[in-house]
Order: sequence, then structure tokens, then C-alpha cells
Amino acid sequence: MEKTKDLTSSSEAGSIKKRSQVKEVWRRFCRNKQAMVGMCMLLLLIFAAIFADIIAPYDPVEQDIINRLKPPSSAHWFGTDELGRDIFSRILYGSRISLTVGLIAVGLSSIVGCALGAIAGYYGGVLDNIIMRCTDVLMAIPSILLNISIVAALGTGLQNVMIAIGISSVPAYCRIMRASLLSLKEQEFVDASRAAGASDVHIIIHHILPNSLAPLIVQATLKIGGAILSCASMSFIGLGIVPPTPEWGAMLSTGRDFLRDAPHLTAFPGMAIMFAVFAMNLMGDGLRDALDPKLKN
Amino acid sequence: MNEHTNLLEIKDLTVHYVTVDGTVHAVENLNLTLPEGKTLGLVGETGAGKTTTVKAIMQILPDPPAKILTGEVIFCGEDLLKKNKKSMRKIRGKQISMIFQDPMTSLNPVITVGEQIMEVIRLHDKKISKKDAYTKACEMLELVGIKADRAGDYPHQFSGGMKQRVIIAMALACNPRLLIADEPTTALDVTIQAQVLELMRKLKAKYQTSMIMITHDLGIVAEICDYVAVMYAGEIVEYGNREQLFHRPSHPYTKGLFACIPNLMEEETTLIPIEGMTPDPTNLPTGCRFHPRCPYATEECSKTNPASKEIENGHHVKCLHI
Amino acid sequence: MSENILEVRHLKKYFPTKRGLLHAVDDVNFSIKKGTTMGLVGESGCGKSTVGRLILRLTEATDGEILFYDDDIRKYDREKMRHTRRRLQIVFQDPYASLDGRKSIFESIAEPLQVQKIYQNKKEMEEKVYELMATAGLARRLANSYPHELDGGRRQRVGIARALALNPDFLVLDEPVSALDVSIQAQVLNLMEQLQEQMGLTYLFISHDLSVVKHISDEIAVMYLGQIVEKAECKDLFKYPSHPYTQALLSAVPIPSIDYHVDRIVLEGDVPSPINPSPGCRFAGRCRFCKEKCRHETPELKDIGNGHMVACHFVGEF
Repeated sequence: MEKTKDLTSSSEAGSIKKRSQVKEVWRRFCRNKQAMVGMCMLLLLIFAAIFADIIAPYDPVEQDIINRLKPPSSAHWFGTDELGRDIFSRILYGSRISLTVGLIAVGLSSIVGCALGAIAGYYGGVLDNIIMRCTDVLMAIPSILLNISIVAALGTGLQNVMIAIGISSVPAYCRIMRASLLSLKEQEFVDASRAAGASDVHIIIHHILPNSLAPLIVQATLKIGGAILSCASMSFIGLGIVPPTPEWGAMLSTGRDFLRDAPHLTAFPGMAIMFAVFAMNLMGDGLRDALDPKLKN
Repeated sequence: MNEHTNLLEIKDLTVHYVTVDGTVHAVENLNLTLPEGKTLGLVGETGAGKTTTVKAIMQILPDPPAKILTGEVIFCGEDLLKKNKKSMRKIRGKQISMIFQDPMTSLNPVITVGEQIMEVIRLHDKKISKKDAYTKACEMLELVGIKADRAGDYPHQFSGGMKQRVIIAMALACNPRLLIADEPTTALDVTIQAQVLELMRKLKAKYQTSMIMITHDLGIVAEICDYVAVMYAGEIVEYGNREQLFHRPSHPYTKGLFACIPNLMEEETTLIPIEGMTPDPTNLPTGCRFHPRCPYATEECSKTNPASKEIENGHHVKCLHI
Repeated sequence: MSENILEVRHLKKYFPTKRGLLHAVDDVNFSIKKGTTMGLVGESGCGKSTVGRLILRLTEATDGEILFYDDDIRKYDREKMRHTRRRLQIVFQDPYASLDGRKSIFESIAEPLQVQKIYQNKKEMEEKVYELMATAGLARRLANSYPHELDGGRRQRVGIARALALNPDFLVLDEPVSALDVSIQAQVLNLMEQLQEQMGLTYLFISHDLSVVKHISDEIAVMYLGQIVEKAECKDLFKYPSHPYTQALLSAVPIPSIDYHVDRIVLEGDVPSPINPSPGCRFAGRCRFCKEKCRHETPELKDIGNGHMVACHFVGEF
């Protein structure tokens, strides 16, 4: 055996433990300040959603017509809306619905989209053609129209709205996944894995997915904001959340009528959405970098 | 060596790349001479600083991060490093031209090869008419063995070897006094490489152009070069003429290089590899840079960086134990 | 005489392209004896890498037989093929491209063990990975590193450790040292020779570098445009190159010495396109000795003695 430096130093090996991938990613994630800020913001939102009952100073659906359209004050931190409801409390409660809609709709569409894109890209041929033509059809229909038709078919309700939003954003993930797969499957390390006897599923999950995560994460974090807004527009036309349930998008759209006289009606829900999207984007960027070992330091 | 016949003389050249991860000592105190009409082979492995050296001569180093700290590059009696941008531009392409490693990427894919050669000619000869320049371009193509009627073709219509010929034609279009070739045949197949080397040898004999040939292949050096400089980690460890270097290699690194390449002409031999890896250029070893990999290294080698010694006429070696 | 571990018969691979059928590999035959190294040389585009990929069934052949221990692996179903891959491995040219940049060295080497479910016990598997790293000359401390942190030589060692993980009998080495610097190249070549000796491995060594092939091979096959034009024992081939292409190829290699004078045969022109090749000898267009017959009749590989095979109509006549 050659006496390279490598070999002679292997005596120190006892102390070396195999670090797990999860721990490694977490370590890199923690080093990223922006990502940590994003995570704190997200934790704050989740905290608000869970403990809304305790934190909220008012009942979110309790009307107080006398104090309607009041600007922010010490009694009502974010003011009151057109029915005198406390906006701060409504935003706290609304975070429950908005976060659920955002996360579930995006989760659904990314999982379905990635799976379809992976199949299309990896196997190619007829299957690819069928899947991609279907996504083309979906993309050709304006998403709002698609949402309306799906909800009309399935019936109103939060659950169906999430499904509708999920389906309408499937094509985007499908395309991204397929594109990165097409370039990745030509890579030698995929061949190397196949030569080791790995199955297609193993290759997709262990090699191709991790390597195509970057654009997917960016897309997903951006889409969470979009999903919250789509849900709002569905609520606006009466197919989504039924009033008086507090929901950020719905608050935004009803507040629009009072934009001139009481801008706080739209400003605070808007800021809440922005806060959530911003948190997700920071998290997403951080996660993307943390998952890439090349950016270790 | 006679001072007067030196076309190019590099004295104490030091180039660093200043990056956030530390300073890369790409080239350190490099001295080199190239007599007129001769070919110098610059040999070394990846990261030895070969390309940096010739880019410093051409002054096409990216600044930042590259910084030429000290040194003189004397070409035809003038220090190129003192020249301003405009006069340097006139020298580039006209007096000194360069051939790059990858023929696939050094040609503009949307312009015909004839026009690309013509452009170089017109750039340095403002008076020449378009038509004359085009005729000259066609002549250049004929010279490198490409039929003139292909001047209207685009680069993708040529094979790799043919593209490299086009690049050579382009480099020679203005009759430069010095031609720098950066691994001109690495990307080519052996039979095509043989064609290109043959061509370069012929042209060199015909035009008496001086040449610096960067390569990692000692075979090419043996074939085409008159002088050889072996680089390791930014320094020239051995310099001499072809015979001195091939018959009496003296630096342990040069000896190591010869021992670790399989030779087609010799009977079954065992390869003796140079142990270890090329050092990290941001964190070079103290003393002699080769000492961690050197089989003859002593205590002293890790402390003193040896000066270059002339062991016979024109044969310089940078080693303490000579 | 040891038995043949691998035999390839009438192997063909045609790729459909817009301009016609690309004959990447066209009727290739050879066999490799156990414990020996077969060198496959040729210039880029001659189909040598495709042959390697066909043997591992990374690309499916158009026609032909690949006999591994006298059993045609082209007839194997998925499961049986998966099992066979344990004994049939490959080391790729570019050690950077053949490693997943997102997997640590440990994970990369462990992958074959995991997908083949060799070990039930995690501890045992870890031990095996460290053992493999030691075999390939990699320090244990590199286990948590990622490919981009290593230099080319070490990366190629990872590729080798990975290929050895399943205790294969046969390794396809697809230009394993072409991407490496000369000093590192020698280290890797020596490692391969050592491993062959210790483990009784059989190699198919694919390369464009004749000096390297000569150094490592027992037998050499020279490919030109999808066909083997000459095949002989290493010594014979270099002493008596008989095909005009082999002669030109040998003379084209620059020798790192100034004591030899080689009469160089400079071939005219470029390698012709492998798409819809015309009948006759593929080398006819560039051959110095080309005669009328060469343009019409495809020469067969003929034995000119001592197992030295040449595909030329006029072998020995010039």
C-alpha cells in the first residue's frame, strides 16, 4: 500500500464520527443570519396562530358598530374595521387560516408537481408528452378561472379552496422539476448510481431531487404568498372563507372600499401578508444555501 | 546567453491574486529569458502559474483580483509593465499574440472565420482596405492548410483541429515576433495534435517567430522546444536548454516528472509517482515549496527557500542539494 | 490459460439522429481473461466509451451478446441485472461529474452498499466504508468532506473506492486518469495495479493515451470509428503495429525524450462522421495505402499469428 499522507494520518481516525446530513444542514443553516431572521419571523407567526386565543385582546367576530373605522389607538392597536371589529385580533386569528392555506396549497402542488415532472423528465417519451400537454392545458387557463371552476365543482369551503389553488400551481413545479431532471439525468453520477444497482426511485429521491431543490424551494416560498392572495380573491367572490371568519386576504379585499378614509383596514392585513411572505423567502433562501455543501463556509 | 539576442526577459516577476479567502501566490520572483527565434517550453502541473505568467506578459490578467507586485517584462528592450493601456493594445496581437487552449470557445460562433482573421489584420493596420485584408486572411488560411474557399464558413462548420488551425492563422496574421501558445493541443486527439504540431514547427521555421509553449506534456516539449522552464507552485525550479533538461534533469521535481510518466518507447517500467499533492497556493509551505513532496528533503529545506543556481552554462536549478 | 471472464460478440450500438443512424459501435468482438487488463484505445468519438457503457448496460446495445462468465447479461431482467452489477463496476473519467456534489464522501462510498442491501447492521457498513477508504488511500478524516473540497486525485480515489465497494470481479475504467495531473496520474495508476494484484480484478481500461494503456494493459484493442481495427498482446502491438491506423497513432504520440527519432506518419484530414458510414474500410479515406478494394469491401479481423488480429486487406504488404 502506498504511504500517502492520507494513510499515515488515518490513525487519528478513532475520533472522527460520521456527521449526519440533517445535523450538517442545520449547522449551516444556523450560520446564515438572514435565514435565522426569517425563521424567527416564521416562529413568531406560528406562535401567534397557536396562541391567538390567549393573545388576542378581543373576540375577532365581535362587532362594535359605534367604534367602527377607528384608527389605531391604545385600545385597538391596529384600529377597527367597518363593523368595529378589532383588526389586531382578526390578524392574529387570520394567521391560522392564511398559514394553513399557504402551506397546504403549496405543499400539495409542489409534491404533485414534482412527482409528475420527475416522471415526465426521467422516463420521457409518451408519458412525458401526455403529462406536459396536460400541464400546458392547465397553464393556458387563467388561474382564477381554474380555481373558480374547481371550487364550483367540489363545492365551497376552505379545504376545496386549498385543493383548487394547489392544482392550479402544479404546472409550474412540474416544469421546473422536468427541466432540472433533463439536465441531471445526463450527469455521470446518475450513471454511477445506476451502475451500483440503484433503482430509478432511489436515483430520483437521493440524487436528482436534492440537486434540483434550489429552484423548487425558491418557487415554493414565493408561491406561499401567492396562495394566500389567491385564497383571498376566492373569498372575495364568495367561494372561499365565509364571513365573518377572519382571513387576511378577505380583510384586505373588504378594506378596499375604505382605502381613502381608513387606510389602516388594508395596511395591516397587507403588512401581515408581506411579513409572512418575507419570512418564507428568507427561510427559503437560507434553506437552499444550507442544502448546498459547496457553500459550506 | 547573450544579452543582445534576448527577445523577452522577465525579471523578478511576482503576481498575487488577492481574494477574500486569502492571497494566492500565483507567481513568485520569476526570472525567465527567451532568445530571439527560439521556442521556450513552460512545463508544470495545474495551478503552477504557467498561464498567469504569460497573461502577465500580455497584461491581460484580471485586475482585481490579480496584482503584479514587482518585476519587469522586457520585450525588445522595453519594459511592458511600464507601458500604458493604449500602447499595450498595439503590442497585443501585433507583436505578441496568443493561442488559447480550447479552440471550441476562442472563436466567435456568429462571425465567419475569414472575417475574424480580417478583423485582427485591420485592427493593427488601419490603412489596409477591406478587400486586401480579406485576401490576406485567405492567404493565412491557406498557410495553415485550410482551403481559402472555406473563409466564408462559420466556426461550427470546422472540426476541433481545423478550428485550432484557424486560431493559429489568426495569431500569425500580423507576423508577431512572439507567439504564446497556452496548451494549444491539449483539447485535440493525438493524430490531430500531430498535425497541429507539425504545422507549428513548419511555420516557426518559416517565419522565425519566437514562441512560448505552455504544456504539461514533456513529449511535446521534447518535440518542439529549444529551452525548457519547469514551474512548480509559482516558481521556476529548473531552466535550461532542451538537451540539458532531458539528459541531465537536476531538480527533484523534474526528475520526479520524468519518472512518473509512462514512456511509449521503453520496455515495461514501474512508475514512481511524486507523493502528495500540489500545495494550496494560498498556504504555501515554508522554505523550498517542493520539500513536503521531495524524497531528498532535509531539515534545511523546510527553512530556506533556495536561490536559483547555475550548475552549467545556462542550466539553472533551484535546489539546495545540487 | 485462465478462462474468459467477459466476452463480447457482435456488439452493436446505433443511435438514431436527424441525419441518419450513428454507428457508435459496429460489430465489436473481444474477450478478456480473468485477472488481466484489456486496453481499449482510440480517439474521441471512436466509440470506446460506448463499449464500456454497453457492457454495464448503462446504455442498451442494439445487437450482440455480452457474456459475463459465459452468460449473456443482455438477457437478464432488472432484478438479475441489479444483482450482477455487484460484480461488474465502472470508474468514470471525470471524478467530479461522477460524484454527487451534495453527498459527502462517506455517503458516496456507502451508496452501493445501501442500494444492494449488503449490510443489515449499520456499524458493519460503516466499518466497510472506512476499510474501502483505506484501500483507496483516503484518510478517514475525509469521510465528512464533499467532492468539491477534494482535489482531482482524491476524488478519483473516491470513485475507485465506490466501485470496489461491492467486491466486483470486473471493472470498466473509462479514462480514469485523463483528468488528472501527471504526478497524480502515476499515483492512481499504481493504485489500480496494486488492487488488481491484491484482489484479482479484471480491467477493461479505456483511454486515448497510448503510453498509459501500454503501461497497464496485457492486451490492447485499437478502435477506429466504432470498429476494432487491431487487437494484440501489448508487446506485439507496440513492436509490430500492423494496421496503418495503429502505425499512425503510435507515431503521433510525442515521446518525452530527445533520444528517439520517430518517423512521424501524419494523417491527413479528420475522422469522418460515423453517421451512415459508407461500405468498405472505415479508414480508407485517410489511409496512405488505400487501394480500390478498400473502398468497397469491409475488411475482417484476421489472425496474423499469435493472436494478433488486424482488420486490413493488405496487412503485411507494406
